[in-house]
Amino acid sequence: MSELTWAVADTWVMAKRNLTVWLRVPAYLVFTVVQPTIFTLLFRYVFGGAIHADVPGGYVNYLLPGIIGQTAAFASFATAISLAVEVQKGVIDRMRAMPMARSAFLGGRLLADVVRMTITILVIVGVGYAVGFRFHGGFGRAVAMVALAIVLGAAVCCISATIGLWLKDEESTQAFGMIWMFPLTFVSSAFVPVSSMPGWLQAFAVNQPITHVVNAMRALALGLPLHDDLWLSAVWLTGIFVVFAPLAVRVYKRVS
Amino acid sequence: MSDVAVVLEGITKSFGDVEALRGVDLTVPRGSVLGVLGPNGAGKTTAVRILATLLRPTSGTAYVEGHDVVRDAAAVRRLIGLTGQATALVDELTGRENLVMVGRLHHLPKTEAESRAAALLEQFDLVDAADRTAKTYSGGMRRRLDLAASLVGQPKVLFLDEPTTGLDPRSRIAMWDVIRDLVREGTTLLLTTQYLDEADELADNIVVFDRGKVIAEGTSDALKDRVGGDVVAFSVASAAAATQAVDAVANVGDGAPVVSGLDVSVAVGSRGSEALLDVVRRLDAAKVTVTGLGIRRPSLDDVFLALTGHVAEEESA
Ligand SMILES: Nc1ncnc2c1ncn2[C@@H]1O[C@H](COP(=O)(O)OP(=O)(O)OP(=O)(O)O)[C@@H](O)[C@H]1O
Ligand SMILES: [Mg+2]
Repeated sequence: MSELTWAVADTWVMAKRNLTVWLRVPAYLVFTVVQPTIFTLLFRYVFGGAIHADVPGGYVNYLLPGIIGQTAAFASFATAISLAVEVQKGVIDRMRAMPMARSAFLGGRLLADVVRMTITILVIVGVGYAVGFRFHGGFGRAVAMVALAIVLGAAVCCISATIGLWLKDEESTQAFGMIWMFPLTFVSSAFVPVSSMPGWLQAFAVNQPITHVVNAMRALALGLPLHDDLWLSAVWLTGIFVVFAPLAVRVYKRVS
Repeated sequence: MSDVAVVLEGITKSFGDVEALRGVDLTVPRGSVLGVLGPNGAGKTTAVRILATLLRPTSGTAYVEGHDVVRDAAAVRRLIGLTGQATALVDELTGRENLVMVGRLHHLPKTEAESRAAALLEQFDLVDAADRTAKTYSGGMRRRLDLAASLVGQPKVLFLDEPTTGLDPRSRIAMWDVIRDLVREGTTLLLTTQYLDEADELADNIVVFDRGKVIAEGTSDALKDRVGGDVVAFSVASAAAATQAVDAVANVGDGAPVVSGLDVSVAVGSRGSEALLDVVRRLDAAKVTVTGLGIRRPSLDDVFLALTGHVAEEESA
């Protein structure tokens, strides 16, 4: 077999391993399924009444793409933490001393996380439908929205993977993740229209990637015009991949 | 150099200001066991990680079976097995699943990976626990599974970094048996340890690391000789008997017998058993009654102390 075929095979072995672990730890399942469900219900019924959103179908339709975007970004928490733990435990040492493809460790992690994310997104869409959310742009655009969310999640995974491999410690990775992930997802258009924020905060909220991606997702889901959000999302996400994917690989190769 | 499996030449490694290795040379003949002995922070793990292609040396070269560990790392990885200081298991997978996964990553076909896993579980006495998650294993079982995982690829050269640290005495001895079996099959082994008796038990040759340097090397016996060899020691019942005994064995040892209270010791170099018989005959002839007569070999602890001026357990940093 060629080197590429082996790289694919190794990536698949690693992805399967990660998914098996995920299925066997109840806490991980809770995080990926129960937590987003609670978030959806919380925003739909507790905060939703106080938030005015000018989209067809009301706040629940505004909210769903936002929740999905936020969940996709948050899914990378698990990526960062499991990588940090595996450095700490020396699992990475064993992998790096084996003749397996160098790309497979991170590739397998990313692949498993994408699968995990897809499941979470489908769960949220299901819960959303139960509480009144409806797609308005047709099947193709609905699929495009889900795909965009997954690409966002994968991009954020690259950032988180770099951080996890760099910090090499479960607690600090978790703490650091909070510090950048919460502002990034909450100071965006994910849950509330940015026009409701004070001006200085708006300046950040309007121009940060999560807002562009969530706006594009929302436009896709609800059949609204995309404006500049789709190509700006594409630029941001490509930028993140170009910078952080090689960086994660570099940190992985050097990690000690 | 076809009979040499591992070579380090002038290896240094710095982490920022910390000089973990400061010019290490060593060789391991094929099929032999090298024990790398040293206190915490001596640089043992760093040396192993360089050989296992996990770290680049700051300077110097290292070869495994003739392959440069930096330039030809991929070839080295095909030949080695590594058991790190911490066990590298996936806790949520069963023992069997851990081994099969490693086999797949060594590019064994599925059925072969499975039969290899089964054989190793058998060999390491883990059959009963094979289908339990590794999380439920005891410390000794985890160590054995971890060692089994490093053997899946049938390595020619095996690196074991402190394989028995944290095990109770029984598990340690069981681990030693497992390691001896491997060596009998012809695997070249480099083993690090802080336990002096472990190096003594397992290694053909020993190098002693201290603060990033090799401060002594040789067989266990040769190292012990450097501290002065064997001592024949015994105790007597009274001061008068001590004087009598000293007179009786005056000419047996190197220099005069040493008396400390009612204990008498005679330094006898490497002539242990022969000197012991001699002492027995002379004491018997002089009708001195003694207790606790025996040869005391210097332990590697003595060696370490003599070589470094500090005891092995002490933090050297
Ligand atoms: N990644 C690293 N970054 C910075 N310093 C390091 C790193 N790895 C090792 N060191 C330092 O290098 C020195 C040698 O460490 P090493 O782990 O090789 O020692 P060791 O002999 O294996 O000790 P132990 O018996 O405790 O395992 C120590 O001072 C250690 O702090
Ligand atoms: Mg060590």
